[in-house]
Formats: sequence, structure tokens, C-alpha cells
Amino acid sequence: MAERPRRAVWRDTHWRSIFAQALVLVALAGVAAWLVHNAADALTRRHVASGFGFLEHTAGFSISQTLIDYSEEMSYGRTLWVGLLNTLLVSAVSIVLSTILGFIVGIGRLSSNWLVAKLCTIYIETLRNIPLLLQILFWYFGVLQTLPVPRQSMTLGSWLVLNNRGVYVPEVVFGHGSWIVIATFLFGLAASFGLYRWAQHTQQRTGKRPVVGWAMPLLIIGLPVVATFALGHPFSLSWPELSGFQYQGGLSINPELAGMTTGLSIYTAAYIAEIVRAGLLSVARGQREAAEALGLPRQRVLWLVLIPQAMRVIIPPLASEYLSLTKNSSLAIAIGYPDLVSVFAGTVLNQTGQAIEILSITMAIYLALSLITSGLMNLYSYAHRLEGSA
Amino acid sequence: MKLRTLVLGLLAAAAMAVPASANTLDNVRKNGFLRCGVSEGQPGFSNPDAKGNWTGLDVDYCRAVAAAIFNDPNKVRFVPVSFAERFTALQAGQFDILSHNTTWTMDRDVGQGLEFIGVDFYDGQGFMVRKSSGITSALQLKGATLCTQTGTTSELNAADYSRAHNLGYKVIVYQKASEYIAAYDAGRCDGATTDRSGLAGDRLKLKNPADHILLPETISKEPLGPAVRQGDQQWGDLCRWVLFAMVNAEELNVNSKNVDQMMNSTSPEVRRLLGKEGGFGQELTLTADWAYRIIKRVGNYGEVYERAVGTGTPLKLPRGLNNLWNKGGIMYAPPIR
Repeated sequence: MAERPRRAVWRDTHWRSIFAQALVLVALAGVAAWLVHNAADALTRRHVASGFGFLEHTAGFSISQTLIDYSEEMSYGRTLWVGLLNTLLVSAVSIVLSTILGFIVGIGRLSSNWLVAKLCTIYIETLRNIPLLLQILFWYFGVLQTLPVPRQSMTLGSWLVLNNRGVYVPEVVFGHGSWIVIATFLFGLAASFGLYRWAQHTQQRTGKRPVVGWAMPLLIIGLPVVATFALGHPFSLSWPELSGFQYQGGLSINPELAGMTTGLSIYTAAYIAEIVRAGLLSVARGQREAAEALGLPRQRVLWLVLIPQAMRVIIPPLASEYLSLTKNSSLAIAIGYPDLVSVFAGTVLNQTGQAIEILSITMAIYLALSLITSGLMNLYSYAHRLEGSA
Repeated sequence: MKLRTLVLGLLAAAAMAVPASANTLDNVRKNGFLRCGVSEGQPGFSNPDAKGNWTGLDVDYCRAVAAAIFNDPNKVRFVPVSFAERFTALQAGQFDILSHNTTWTMDRDVGQGLEFIGVDFYDGQGFMVRKSSGITSALQLKGATLCTQTGTTSELNAADYSRAHNLGYKVIVYQKASEYIAAYDAGRCDGATTDRSGLAGDRLKLKNPADHILLPETISKEPLGPAVRQGDQQWGDLCRWVLFAMVNAEELNVNSKNVDQMMNSTSPEVRRLLGKEGGFGQELTLTADWAYRIIKRVGNYGEVYERAVGTGTPLKLPRGLNNLWNKGGIMYAPPIR
């Protein structure tokens, strides 16, 4: 670094810029402190209780979907967890579904098949341009709520029951010894994978691929089946059955969760599709031509050449779609899905009136979720960066 | 949707930063109109009619306050606000009075910085079910699914009742009255639950109102009334006595039709009410004829009740508890003297 000429501190641009930045920081901190102080002051003057003590108080209301043990006698703090887990569930499921659908539509839009390409274009242009809330209300009130009542459910034997109270499927009940079966299944998977790697390695070394295909189904399916018989059928199925007002037993997905995931996935998929299309188009044309020249079939050109390179372009905007999706899940209250905002920033806020505390906690949680998501995506980007690039 | 709550919360924080003018009455006079927080559509209480005019008990109460101050019941701006946002919005200074069939509870009065100024409707939570379900008592709701809306005491009452009677029903909570009632209508829930007056109004929004009945059980006490921000005693007093004047007027048989003749009444109670004796108006920093204005322009409590929710309206709610204390109800106002 070149030696800077010595000047008086106030004339030195380096020090002057540091001074200006410090000034801005101090001013910002001052404004923040003033806001906090005044809010606290006003709360006292208006006789509004403050502090976080309310988190220990008994909640006293019920929640329609809980992933963890919950009852009315538990605390407001517990409801925070219930709501957060519901938010995470609907976000995680929708992220997976929207990614799959988005990739299909995005690739489809570039298809040489005229009909497929046009249908995908229509999908994207329609769904991106209708407000998400309307779409969620449509799926919930327009589709799921028009299904028949429980007594007239649409059924596929006992395998699938569909009514306006939810979707019911048989649930696997894990009995005594079932972990052994699961362990043999996992072992079968691992062993098959090892076998596959060994076969590939041998092929690369010797040019001859040992035939191992026959062993895999034996390992993955055969072993657990043998274990199941040996242990006397540790698994059983719980079937959905009509009792009283509704179906009991089995695994049920309530219409609120179904409506939210459908709405979120289908809407976000339209954006993801455009990201995927942009990513694929960003790969240099020569890559495709080279791959085709090597005689690779279309599918392989896509999956082995184009998509891996496109991912670098796809990941950063995809991350921000995931962030939007998670934040959009706060629309859940419109259709009665008990997410974080509905339960905590809704009911709890109403019962306690602790607006500032509750909104701060809620905002902090969304911020943390967003930072974690983008952190993970950045890790992926870093691991798949081009060698030599920063 | 929920973004509004966030924004309101921030607004509340920001508004609180500005030293709130302690004197609401001065502000109202300066604005030239009263700002009144009402529901987003609750038949009988605050509901826009076909022509877009607000109608209902809560709305008429605000008109009475405006009449007392401005001698003009139309100097009111109605601010529709959701159940969930109403308290924050009042604290943030979005309106001067909240008239939003709000249940007076201890926590709201003591812990949330509200001041309830009285009860303008005694209500209680009930259940509505389909006639075809064959259910005739709330105790038959074991394992049922119920729809209700957020921001009310209904969620807690429903949970309390379920615990007390071991019913184990599931409650699905929607944001708006229109959403919970649509979900119930679509068959998502076996029953709907909220205040009986609310159910009576919401039943009118169903496809076939006659196919639904209210169960006999009343599972809670819901004294509904207007509220103001705590800490402005003068404003609280004014709003409280507007309500008392309406109830006292009914008790003294003074109504909008006979109030002009009543000005010549010799009854000391009527003369005090109408400002012929005593300086009650001045004590409220109003004119002497403050109660005359209310009765003439809006009506007494009984007239407002009948017009909004009475037997001549689609809600058909009998007076019941809301009758005057000397007619079998519990509606009772301290005397003006």
C-alpha cells in the first residue's frame, strides 16, 4: 500500500469518511434508543403492562393442529412453539413441493413440444399474476370446502378418504421390534449404495462393470421382509373410520394445511419455474451442443450437463423464493391454519395485549428463519462455486 | 392482512413516541368530527346497509356522542377495524372511541390500558349448529369441530367449556367473521361459536338461515360496551354519561318523538335530564341541552335497541337481560343529579 501523505486529521479523506460513518451510526443508535425509551414511557403512562412475564401465564385456548403435546393448561410460551412448528411444517412441505413443480414447469417451458411449452407458459403467467391470498382462499373455500361432508366421503376403499374435513390415509403403527426392520432397510440401502460405488469404481479401473443389479432389491426389500416375518409383523395399519362427527384413526391432513400447502406451492412454483428457465438459458449454448455431439441422449444432456451448471445461477434467487414462501405462510390465518402469526401474533396478542413484545418476538423469529435459510443456500453456493472464482 | 397488525403495532410504537394529547375532547372539537372504531360488519351492531350507511347499536352510540358534542349525529367518521387489531388501533390513536361489541374483561380493563365506559348490551356466548345434526344441547358436541373468529373472548370460553365438561371438541380459528361463517356454512365445522348476538347476526349470512339453530346453553358472561383510552378522565366521563343519559331517558319515557313536549315536563328527573335544572352539561364541558340533543337526534336506549337488533329487525333479539331493571332486565343507569 502506498504511503499516504501526512495531513491534519480533519483534512484527511480517510479519517473524514470514518468520522462521517461514525456520526451516522451514533445518530441511528440515538433514534433507536429514543424510540425504545418513548415506547416504554408511553406504555407506562397508558397503563399497559409490559415485559415478557406473560410467556409463563396459562394460555387457556385450544389450537386445532399441534405437532407437539399441547393443552389449554400450558403456557403462552408453549403456544409460541406450537405456532412456530406449524409454520415450519407448512413452509417445509411447500418448499419441497414448489421446488419439484417449479423445476418441472420451468424445464417444460423450454420444451420443444409446443403444447407442453405453451401450457407451462400459461401456468406461469396466470399464477404469478393472481394475488396469493386469493389463491389460498380459492383452494380452501372453492375446492377443499366443496368436497362432500364426512358421511358422504369420497373413498377408495379404506385407503383414501376425502371429505371437507380433510384427507385421510391409513397410518403405519410402529409396533414392538419395528426399529429392527427399519435398521435392516437402512442397512440394505447403504449396502446397495456401496455395491453401486464398487461397481462404478471397477468399471472405471477395468472397463468391465460387474453385474450387481440383482443384489439390490434383495438387500433393500428382501432383508426387511425377512425381518418382518421373523419378528412376527411388528407393523400394523391404523385405518380411518367414521365415528361420531368425523373420521378417526389413520393419518389425517386437515383442509387448512392442505389449502395452505397447495396455495403456497402452486404460487411459488410459478416463480421458481422462471428462475429455473433463466438458469438453463444462462448455460452457454456450446455446452449443449458439445453434449449432443458426444451423442448423449436429451435427458442426460439436461440432467448431467445443463442443470448442474444452471444451479449456480438458480440457487441465489431460489433462496429468496424460499424466504418469500416462508413469510407468505403468515397468510395462514385467513383460512384458519394455526401458524405462528395466527396463534402467537394473533390470539396471544389479543389475550394479553402485549403488542410490542409479541411483535418483536415474531419478527425476530421470521428474521432468524430467513437468515438460516439464506445461510444454508449460501453454503450450497459456496460448495458449488466455480474453481478459481471468488 | 396480518401485515396490518405489524404496521399497526409499529404505528402504536411510533404514535406513543409522540406525546399523546391527553385531551381527546379538544381533539374531537378541533377535528370537527368524532372518530369511532367499529367492526368490519356485524349485523345489528355496526354494519353498512345497502346504501352504505352504517347501522346498528354500536354505531348509534357513537352518533349519540357526536350529537351531544356537535348537535349533529352525522359528525362521526366510522373506522372499521378487525377484532384482532381494535385495541392496538385505539391505543395508536386511530379513533377516539372504540364501539365494537367489545367484552368488558378484567385484563382488558386493567392490563391493556383500556377504560370501559359501561355496558350497552349484555350478551353471552352460545353455539349454532345445523338442525339436521339432531343436536339439541352443547353437551352433545363431544368430539365436534367448531369454527370461530380470532381476537374475541370466544376462543377462551369455548376452551373453558370444553375442559369443564370434558367435550374435547376442536376449535378452528379464522381471522374474520365472514371467513368463519363461510367455513361453517361449507360444512368444515359442526358448529359455530361466538356471542349469541353475533351468531344471530352471522346466521343471516348463511345460505339457508332457517336450517340452523342456536343451542340453549349460554356459556359465558359477555358484557359488551364501548371503551376509550385509559388516562383521559374527562373524555371517559363524557362517553359514560352519554350512555347513561340514553338509558335514563328510556326509564323516564323520554324518546325522540316526545322530547320536545318533555321539555315542558314538571318532573324534576326529566328536567335535570333535559338541562332545565342543574348544570350537568357544563360539568361535562357540553351545553345544557346535551341529553336533549342525544334523544332528539338519535333516540333513547330502547329506541336504538329496537331499531338495531329488536324483534322488528332480522336479528329478532328479545330485550331479555337488556331490558330496564324495572322491567325484568338488568339495564340500569345511575341517576343524573
